[in-house]
Amino acid sequence: MNLTSRSERLTGRIFLIALVVVTLLPFLSMLSAALQPRGTVPTGLAWPSDPQWSNFADAFTAANMGALLKSSMLIVAGVVPIGVLIATMAGFGLGHLRVPGGHIAFGLLLLGLTLPFEAVVTPLYYQMRDLGLLNTRWAIILPLIGLYMPFAVFWMRAHFTNVPRELSEAARVDGSNTWQLFWRVHVPLARPAIASLTILLFLWTWNQFLLAIVMVDDATKRTMAGALGAFQGQWGTDLVLLCAGSLLILTPTLIVFLIFQRQFIKALLQGSVKG
Amino acid sequence: MTSALGSAPAGSGIASRPGGGNPARPHRKRRWSRTAQWVGWIWVLPALLMYGFFVLRPLVLTVQYSLYQWNGIGAATFVGLENYLTVFTDRDLLKIITNAFVLIIFFSFIPVALGLLVASLVRRITGGPAGTVVRTVLFLPQVIPLVAAGIAWSWMLSSSGLINQALRAVGLDGLTKSWLGEFSTALPAVGVIGTWVMLGLCTILLVTGMSKIDPSLYEAARMDGAGPIREFFAVTLPSLRQEIGVCLTVTVIAALASFDIVYISTSGGPGIQTTVPGLEIYRLAFSQRQVGLASALGVVLMLLVLLCVLPIQRLTRGEKA
Repeated sequence: MNLTSRSERLTGRIFLIALVVVTLLPFLSMLSAALQPRGTVPTGLAWPSDPQWSNFADAFTAANMGALLKSSMLIVAGVVPIGVLIATMAGFGLGHLRVPGGHIAFGLLLLGLTLPFEAVVTPLYYQMRDLGLLNTRWAIILPLIGLYMPFAVFWMRAHFTNVPRELSEAARVDGSNTWQLFWRVHVPLARPAIASLTILLFLWTWNQFLLAIVMVDDATKRTMAGALGAFQGQWGTDLVLLCAGSLLILTPTLIVFLIFQRQFIKALLQGSVKG
Repeated sequence: MTSALGSAPAGSGIASRPGGGNPARPHRKRRWSRTAQWVGWIWVLPALLMYGFFVLRPLVLTVQYSLYQWNGIGAATFVGLENYLTVFTDRDLLKIITNAFVLIIFFSFIPVALGLLVASLVRRITGGPAGTVVRTVLFLPQVIPLVAAGIAWSWMLSSSGLINQALRAVGLDGLTKSWLGEFSTALPAVGVIGTWVMLGLCTILLVTGMSKIDPSLYEAARMDGAGPIREFFAVTLPSLRQEIGVCLTVTVIAALASFDIVYISTSGGPGIQTTVPGLEIYRLAFSQRQVGLASALGVVLMLLVLLCVLPIQRLTRGEKA
């Protein structure tokens, strides 16, 4: 560290601060627009003389926030627990039990790791139509579980590959079967990996846009991101209300992020490295 | 599972011999290793079924659709590779694919270059509260939906938005324009949104990698009289290969498969100036009912992503000393 010259470190600091400011500016600009009186045309960044906090209340009603929150939570509740559970099981099977031929299954899953959702969304739409699930939350939940499997299994397998096998052998001598072994020994040990995966799947589900707008017409049955898209479509011309509504729709994510900030950053960093 | 274990064939003679001593234990162990290994597929099956039904099946269907002309309702006509021929010869579609590659400059190259600059200047972000604030803020764009980033920046880049306000403040009134609305600036303006989303992630990834580099490498470089620039190419760049690879992989996929940002900020306009393959697939399949062509474009997009990501992986993961 002492090798870095003082001026270099100072420049670095300035760059970093500039980066922080640039990252925050869009949020501030939206806030300043959201507080302007309705019906006016706001300018970029100007603190209003008379901030209209009631705009947020209007946006809450206009966006039907209560219903949106409920819908997003239902979708997350459908995707995340099942996704995490079956991915953990598969990771256990492939990484620890080392099932014969497992590398074929793993290879198949790797195929999906870089797959853009757009490449499969069309047949998925017809598949869901044939199942009669269009315009229901299932049309978002079920495909998402499948689409997350490559990353999720990859992630959990990486954890289980590193667990020493002696651990299971010791438990087997105690007479535990594989099921007990999984729940009593391996799941508790995998808790950090499972926690990160849960955070990532929550975030990706909450923010999923494409599937939401393709599968479900009714904005109140979509994810938060999908609802936000509809909100923009409806209120795109009323900039004040649009900014207020967007900030409102962002708030739940931001609160969860700020509470679990450390875990989120860890998960996102690891997630991008491994993915 | 226990019952399956019980019915295991007892053909385990050879393996249990060397154990000697207690014949029951090795026998049991052997049984577990053969049958239970196959039984282990039960653990993999749920994930594989979901993947198979909701990813592999649609994937095969995409390839199948891409060989047909189909409006999604009536009968489909087999047209062979005609849809692919269209993708590679139609001027609009070629422009749309090129747009995605232009976005790579903004989603990948600029964030990685700026991230490297900041990383090599900062070396590490302190662990104190200031460091936590910096990290948290820089991750915000990763946490919010891309849709929100699109809305925020549509406002920033609009004619009364912050960018123009800033230009006017420094007397550059002549440069003000509706950035997302004009033919010449729309695509770069969409790109800037991507830069904003990716910059924080790349910076933190690179700074984290930077803090792992052995300081003695820099010491040695300085002893040899290397300036900051040579130091960067001799020490920083090679040591950060893996992190750069990660940044490039994530951001290149985000650029090529972009949808949310474009859909929200420009809907592909003006004209097809900012249309990307993802958006065109959506439009072809669900508005224009050209399912075959949409599917062919989907297959091409998937292959383009692979074609770009695999070399990056090879270059940066290959031989790391």
